Amino acid sequence: MAKLDPATTTVAHRFVLPERLRNFGQTYGGLTALLLIILYDILFRPHFLQVQSLYNDLQEVAPIAIIATGMTLVIATGGIDLSVGSLMAFAGAMAAVIFLSPALSNIPLLGNMLALIIPLIVTGLLGLFNGFLITRFRIQPIIATLVLFIAGRGMALVLSNDKLQDFNNPGFQFIGQGSVLGVPFQVILMIIIVAVFAVIMRITTFGRYVLATGGNEAAARLAGIPVNRVKLAVYTISALLAALAGFIIIAINSSSDATRVGLNGELDAIAAVAVGGTPLTGGQASVPGTLIGALIVYLIGATLVSQNVSFGVAQIIKAAIILLAVYFQRQRKG
Amino acid sequence: MADISTTKVSGSNRLATGWTRSKSTLQRQGPLIALVILVLFGAFRYDNFFSTYNFLTVVSYNTTFGLIALGMTFVMMTGGIDLSVGSLAALCSVVAALASPFGLLAAIGAAALAGLIVGLFNGWVIAWLRIPPFLATLAMLLAARGMALVLAKDATVSVNATSDWAGLSQGILFGIPLPVFLLLAYAIGSIVLNLTRFGRHVLAIGGNEEAARLMGLPVERIKLAVYAISGVLAGLAGALLAGQTFTGSTNEAVGWELTAIAAVVVGGTLLTGGMGSVWGSLVGVLLLGLVFNILDFENGFGFISLGVSWQSVIRGVFLLIVVLVQSRLTRAKKVRLGQEPSGP
Repeated sequence: MAKLDPATTTVAHRFVLPERLRNFGQTYGGLTALLLIILYDILFRPHFLQVQSLYNDLQEVAPIAIIATGMTLVIATGGIDLSVGSLMAFAGAMAAVIFLSPALSNIPLLGNMLALIIPLIVTGLLGLFNGFLITRFRIQPIIATLVLFIAGRGMALVLSNDKLQDFNNPGFQFIGQGSVLGVPFQVILMIIIVAVFAVIMRITTFGRYVLATGGNEAAARLAGIPVNRVKLAVYTISALLAALAGFIIIAINSSSDATRVGLNGELDAIAAVAVGGTPLTGGQASVPGTLIGALIVYLIGATLVSQNVSFGVAQIIKAAIILLAVYFQRQRKG
Repeated sequence: MADISTTKVSGSNRLATGWTRSKSTLQRQGPLIALVILVLFGAFRYDNFFSTYNFLTVVSYNTTFGLIALGMTFVMMTGGIDLSVGSLAALCSVVAALASPFGLLAAIGAAALAGLIVGLFNGWVIAWLRIPPFLATLAMLLAARGMALVLAKDATVSVNATSDWAGLSQGILFGIPLPVFLLLAYAIGSIVLNLTRFGRHVLAIGGNEEAARLMGLPVERIKLAVYAISGVLAGLAGALLAGQTFTGSTNEAVGWELTAIAAVVVGGTLLTGGMGSVWGSLVGVLLLGLVFNILDFENGFGFISLGVSWQSVIRGVFLLIVVLVQSRLTRAKKVRLGQEPSGP
């Protein structure tokens, strides 16, 4: 039976890019866009190429790029994780509560160790819980992760007693303010995380499993791929990376503000993934693309603001660019 | 496939069918039953709970969510989603505040018009440019708040208040309490969905878009219409927001879209489309609203003191319970009909 292709039958009149241009856009579109923005920045943004300024930009991108890496894996399985922003706030609040607790404040080393490990474990379990709702109860990912999107920030506020937690803890703040060989620590962390997951997605069995799950879940199941365990893993990874991003944010700010940390983080991450060329339908993923996407989304905003464009207009332009990016990616699939 | 499942059901004994039927009633009416139980609980436990004042307060406060959830219901029935409604309400509150010197009616009209324009744009991007609803409306979520900031020139716009506006802040519009308007909106929504051709088309698209297209339904135009409806209702919600706060506020209404989605899901509309209930969404909105109301009364007793932060935890847990129950019931039904393997 011939399959009626809706793209050709009903919207034949639609404007379609020439095929070669489309293929080019598919492979190098994101990179080209990023290079154009960087070129513009070099020409028109004062001090852009200075090391300090570059590091500033990268420091701002790091938390978004880290959660967007987890989001890439989730989206590659055909899911979505709305809870990451709230989980950032939760992990940040929990870390601050631990190292500020009277019992641990005298032994900073132990306090900081626990402040890293316990929130990571708990947040990881929350990610596992997301995965559990999705695999065991077959709840759609949007709804399943909506639960922790709502409850996660509430839990963070409860933990911190609705208070802003200010602190001065050089050991912990190394995550957000320290540097190794002059390179800010969180930038190194971001590069390592992106590189590790890019390799995982490209050469490991797990990476193949993730793509197979998102490509055709039923077929993957029949092929003996442990679809449920793969999904549990990606939501757990996403939550763990969200916890790391939460640590970075509170370390930069020297305070944990549960109402603000990670606010709209999930949306930034999804935008970065979409601009980076990973389709929301699953089955494909590009972790380096996501890094490029995060850089594009961030640099557009930063560039516009540096050119004295108001924040509101910058938001509108950012939205238009997300739409355009997704539109051109859809073209190549049709 | 369909034949097999029918034989299976009719072949099972009468007792089982009875249980199944009551279970499916429970599934459909579950949120309503929960609402009734919650109201009864409140009425017995708190003195002033079952009062006109409390009723009006709860419903007026939730009218904005109610309107947004109604639009979201239509969008979700086509299998789509509209993430832009919260930002759009903020944008329209600014529009209403800017138009307030021309009177209350003009302000509401301007807000609705702004919502309509943005909604039409959403629909156009989704139906004709074929951008997934999630991403298209996510972009609008950013852009609408940007437009609000631009229109408000990065400041708060005060409402040029007349006596009409004073009534609105107390939940009365043109001498009529807001809940009446809300019920009217849902009645119209229910009639449109159940009794008009458009309503059937909406469900058909959500059920199977490909089939609907092959049957010759104007899929694009219907999608355009549902996002336009959602936009207009978000616009009206924005006007009410301006009425409640006397300002056009650029940073209010954050996250309303997700509250609305939660209410719609609680009300029994599937995120995958093709199925749902308009009244269910109203029940969902009231349920979520009542949880807060009861918490307020409970705090008033002084035994416990749960702050705002606990409320979102409780709201999340509540959503969790509802989706878990729904998933169990839906799955049991699917297994029975042989649509889904019962094994792992």
